[in-house]
Amino acid sequence: MTDDIEGVVKDFVLKEFLPGEDPHELTDSTPLITGGVLDSIATLKVVMFIEERFGITLQAHEVDSEHLDTIAQIAQLVRAKKS
Amino acid sequence: MLHSPLGRAARQYPDHIAVVEPGKGSISYRDLDAVSDQVRDRLRSDGVSPGDRVGICLHKSIDTVAVIYGILKLGAAYVPVDPGAPPARNAFILNNCAVKLAVIGSRFEDNLRAELEKLGAVPSLFVLGDTGGGMALRRALDDAQAARPAPAATTARPAPQDLAYILYTSGSTGKPKGVMLSHENAVSFVDWCSEVFAPQTSDRFSSHAPFHFDLSILDIHLPLKHGATLVLVAEDVGKDPVRLASLIADQRITCWYSAPSILSLLAQYGKLASYDYSALRLILFAGEVFPVKHLRTLSRLLPAPEYFNLYGPTETNVCTFYQVSLPIPEERSVPFPIGKVCSHLEGRVLDEAGRELPRGHEGELCIAGRGVMQGYWSLPEQTARAFHEDQSGRRWYKTGDIVVQAPDGDYTYMGRRDRMIKRRGYRVELGEIEAGLYRHPSVKEAAVIAVSDEEAGKRVRAFLSCRDTKHPSLVQMKGFCSKNLPLYMIPDDFVWCDALPKTSTDKVDYQRLKEMG
Repeated sequence: MTDDIEGVVKDFVLKEFLPGEDPHELTDSTPLITGGVLDSIATLKVVMFIEERFGITLQAHEVDSEHLDTIAQIAQLVRAKKS
Repeated sequence: MLHSPLGRAARQYPDHIAVVEPGKGSISYRDLDAVSDQVRDRLRSDGVSPGDRVGICLHKSIDTVAVIYGILKLGAAYVPVDPGAPPARNAFILNNCAVKLAVIGSRFEDNLRAELEKLGAVPSLFVLGDTGGGMALRRALDDAQAARPAPAATTARPAPQDLAYILYTSGSTGKPKGVMLSHENAVSFVDWCSEVFAPQTSDRFSSHAPFHFDLSILDIHLPLKHGATLVLVAEDVGKDPVRLASLIADQRITCWYSAPSILSLLAQYGKLASYDYSALRLILFAGEVFPVKHLRTLSRLLPAPEYFNLYGPTETNVCTFYQVSLPIPEERSVPFPIGKVCSHLEGRVLDEAGRELPRGHEGELCIAGRGVMQGYWSLPEQTARAFHEDQSGRRWYKTGDIVVQAPDGDYTYMGRRDRMIKRRGYRVELGEIEAGLYRHPSVKEAAVIAVSDEEAGKRVRAFLSCRDTKHPSLVQMKGFCSKNLPLYMIPDDFVWCDALPKTSTDKVDYQRLKEMG
């Protein structure tokens, strides 16, 4: 289920926050928080989504642009939590 | 003077905890007073004089509170900027009011210095390794003292009209404008808060708002006047209702103050029923309209505290207040009134010609009194336009808010006179967003409207036309905006048109844009 974490997160971000966007524009390294795609409420929604979807819990200090700014970082965090 | 009560509280309650930074540490009144004295001495030794402005670009921390008091003790005015805002915006602010020195976090130094250099004027920078728990400031002060000893300076006794701080808000011309607030402005407001909220030494106040936001004036200066404790809420926790819910309970917060948006999120996602909030006695909210639906949910989950709706622009800080009666009836859907004018101010409702209107008539709320700002920094024309002068020569600040006064004296907010909106408690001039969009090389025309949104309060929608055949992607536009605008100003939606609709006088037809949704 967690093999394609990047794909699952990308689909969620596109559907929720970038409706109508060309999927190729959103890459694993697109800055999400520092790039203005996710504001604070959107970041919260992503956190709630990945916590529920992957059965993990994020710590307060992990909910920031240092840990969640790209799909690659999010996927890395999810993998680390699940391992 | 705004800083005097800290010294008094330090003598009276030296061992009380003045400020808590959860997970990082705390500081007693004695130590906060002593460290802020050291800041005063260091700044004086570094060339700052009474009457100067001193910038602050730091994350919220014990260090930052001590820096604020150090600046005030020197008789200078503090100018806090949002460390998360684009460096170019912060450099503009620091340059605009010609700060003599800025106290900044090391992580912001390179970008801020580069932007300041572009403006051709880099003030002295006092750099803290990293903020947190007060340790970074003490280290920086100790290092500076070892290298260049600073003699003890005296604590200033500024005149009531001397500036205490300048807060920058969104400006319709595309540049933020500095609201100049004096010691009298601040002290009269804090004294009013003392009268209404009666703080005790046992109180624990939240500090949720960032320090460049006017809610922080109550947060910081009210508890520290009364020997109470200020509990700092870190920026990341402050945005997250799940973690915030546990922090408010764990820290035994007694007085909470924030914009309604985070309280709405707490009510919806905070799982409040699973915590003990028996300490909480006051919930204050300000900055925007609190949707009744979410306020009702919150007050059902937390029925014990008293709820106050505080209203006021940065120019006056809080100028009206209203205590919400509980329980809130199920059938109520209209927002609560903004209430009556605070005792240190006076209010009038004026028509466009400046004539006072009787109760029951819609007009612009205008405020006079000791809490009203002096003006906008270096903007005499905007300052003049912001005030109505009555026949006796008294200045009334024109809030731009249209209100109606009920027979019982309560004011109800009806809407805005101009293109300013409130978003997450911040005020946003739609014109500033448009000016930001016009900086994009592909943007030919830009017009921004706000549309109501049940969850977010307001969504910002940008209508654009493009110089090129292919317009930039959503990701590219959001990325561009994030470099030019604070996050809360970035439009939610971008709609590309061949050309924007125009009125018969060839102006952008905003009415048509609103109809287009």
